[in-house]
Amino acid sequence: MIDALGHPQSILVLGGTSDIALATVQALVAGRTRLVVLAGRGGPRLDQAAERVRAAGADAGGGPVVVRTVEFDAEELATHRDVLDAAFDGADIDVVLLAFGVLPDPERAATDPEYAAATALVNYVGAVSAGTATAVRLRAQGHGILVVLSSVAGERVRRSNFVYGSTKAGLDGWASGLGEYLAGTGVRVVVVRPGFVTTKMTAGLPKAPLSSTPEQVAAAIVTAIARPRPVVWVPATLRPVMSLLRHLPRPVFARLPL
Amino acid sequence: MLTGWGRTAPTRADVVAPDTVEQLRTAVCGAGHTTGGSPGRGVTVRGLGRSYGDAAQNAGGLVVDLTRLDRLLDLDVETGMLTVEAGASLDQLMRRLLPAGWFVPVTPGTRYVTVGGAIGTDIHGKNHHVAGSITEHVHEMELLTAHGEVRTLHPEGPGSEEFWATAGGMGLTGVVTRARLDLIPVATSWMRVDTDRAGDLDALMALLSERDEEYRYSVAWIDATATGARTGRGVLTRGDHARLEDLPVRLRPRAREYAPRTLVTAPRRVPGHLLNRVSVRAFNEAWYRRHPAHRVGEIHGLSAFFHPLDAVAGWNSVYGQPGFVQYQFAVPFAAAETVRDAVNQLSMAGTPSFLAVLKRFGAANPGPLSFPRPGWTLALDIPADVPGLARLLDRLDEQVAAAGGSIYLAKDSRLRPELLPALYPRLDEWRTVRDRLDPQRVFTSDLARRLAL
Repeated sequence: MIDALGHPQSILVLGGTSDIALATVQALVAGRTRLVVLAGRGGPRLDQAAERVRAAGADAGGGPVVVRTVEFDAEELATHRDVLDAAFDGADIDVVLLAFGVLPDPERAATDPEYAAATALVNYVGAVSAGTATAVRLRAQGHGILVVLSSVAGERVRRSNFVYGSTKAGLDGWASGLGEYLAGTGVRVVVVRPGFVTTKMTAGLPKAPLSSTPEQVAAAIVTAIARPRPVVWVPATLRPVMSLLRHLPRPVFARLPL
Repeated sequence: MLTGWGRTAPTRADVVAPDTVEQLRTAVCGAGHTTGGSPGRGVTVRGLGRSYGDAAQNAGGLVVDLTRLDRLLDLDVETGMLTVEAGASLDQLMRRLLPAGWFVPVTPGTRYVTVGGAIGTDIHGKNHHVAGSITEHVHEMELLTAHGEVRTLHPEGPGSEEFWATAGGMGLTGVVTRARLDLIPVATSWMRVDTDRAGDLDALMALLSERDEEYRYSVAWIDATATGARTGRGVLTRGDHARLEDLPVRLRPRAREYAPRTLVTAPRRVPGHLLNRVSVRAFNEAWYRRHPAHRVGEIHGLSAFFHPLDAVAGWNSVYGQPGFVQYQFAVPFAAAETVRDAVNQLSMAGTPSFLAVLKRFGAANPGPLSFPRPGWTLALDIPADVPGLARLLDRLDEQVAAAGGSIYLAKDSRLRPELLPALYPRLDEWRTVRDRLDPQRVFTSDLARRLAL
């Protein structure tokens, strides 16, 4: 259960090796979180992530942290229901962090239909599928928070990486709508819109202005869990910046080097 | 969507309000299957929702509202023995009984609690040091168990283990459907009150320790916003029910009249931070000044003495959207230092709390989860969004546990579950009885899940 001061006791991460997700889990096990379920493609990376969380739990010294891993593949849509049932098996899950996604090569995504579709399959279709299965489980337990990692890239899709941006725009719209749909069910949705985050997904890319670290995004997520906020920008200054960008007339926007 | 009185951590449940014990039985036996809630989410009983935290919530499951089972079944006017259904409120009892010259044996700071809730949380009042908690005045209770059978329990003899596991058992042993309890005779519906003001915590604690047993009722209000040399200053009020001859002549003809009114209703939506450090400090200053340094034998209204906040309907909304937590701990008399330390830390943290009370508890009862034990108890409310509150209270919990003290579950909404066995050393004893009564854990609650009770 999430307590009166907004501290969850359990979390499920979809995309269990994500840097942002792991930073979030590390922050939470220092509080009340004692059950962590990491769902992701099995293998050494998922096991390493589980080890990292166990170590963080031991360091925090609050109490023994149970870490479980569950096999999850965003592209295997037909398995999502069973994966979520397995993840929720035996205990309530207070927070589900939907953190998986791929950042495609922009040029190839713009020209290779299969590659573009694969990006959309993971980032949008897979997320909607797993997110819907999650919402069903959260509703049944009458409480919980679904945190969806969106991106500023979805706020106004820019030509430099429009395929990625369009998947995040779709995901963002779905998550926002789901949050409104779930009003009164005890389930809350938080849409997180980070800017450029220095993670393994963005490794090798030039750092964009207003970038942040996984730890900064994690801190914003922890705050949004404690205080009911439907949308979180990281950093917060991105909100007015993106609001300006969104309202720029198309001819002006098209001429910007974005 | 349900919350406790502190308006934090809302969760969703299906709510049914049975009119009869038979309907209640149907609801309990069908919990999770036909009557509502998701399978396996169990059932929670709720009265008037005055527990501050999540004790009367059941996310995804069934919540049974017991307030329609509220009949007064029998009153023996010779002995003052009352038989009442568990959904009846103390407010209702007082309105009916005071004109007849009877009063409830124990009342908490609000009269809007049900008899069942009072037993489930084993409530205490200003008379704990002489009268104990409510279940010590209960002679018999009927408990609807998870199997659908109604058991009659007594404090002694067969069934006494179940009786005491239910006292303070947070509704997890079954549903109390009715209780037989002792009332106390009173001559009037007024109070005779002595007031003393103390300039700091040591003076206040000294005053409280002095001649406490000479008074039936005794409690101290603490100005939790005062700092420096004035830390822990407060007002001690002690008294008893007024006798007829204590009343001024003009009041005597209506000596037992009792018709408390709600004076105002708090707005449902309060703009953030109506209660801030400045406004609460000003309120506390005025409240402190309002009281005389020392006065004896004043006649006060019964509601003003016991239930001052009940005059403001929905006062819990003044903390605004984030809600608030109520923190109450008890420590042995030998650990008075822990009380000083807590008052210091809470005042220093600048927590805007306008209702902090300090009291001396008397003897404990046999209930393994019953909260009161001999020593000091401090209770105060704090807005949930005070920065650093989680850490501060966690630290205080540790100190309370180290001092051999406890935290009151009826008010809790944020305790670290790992500490529970230290705060309730007889927890396993209670669990054994609970598991006997409810092996499937049909009775559960958000609090039970959060603390892994």
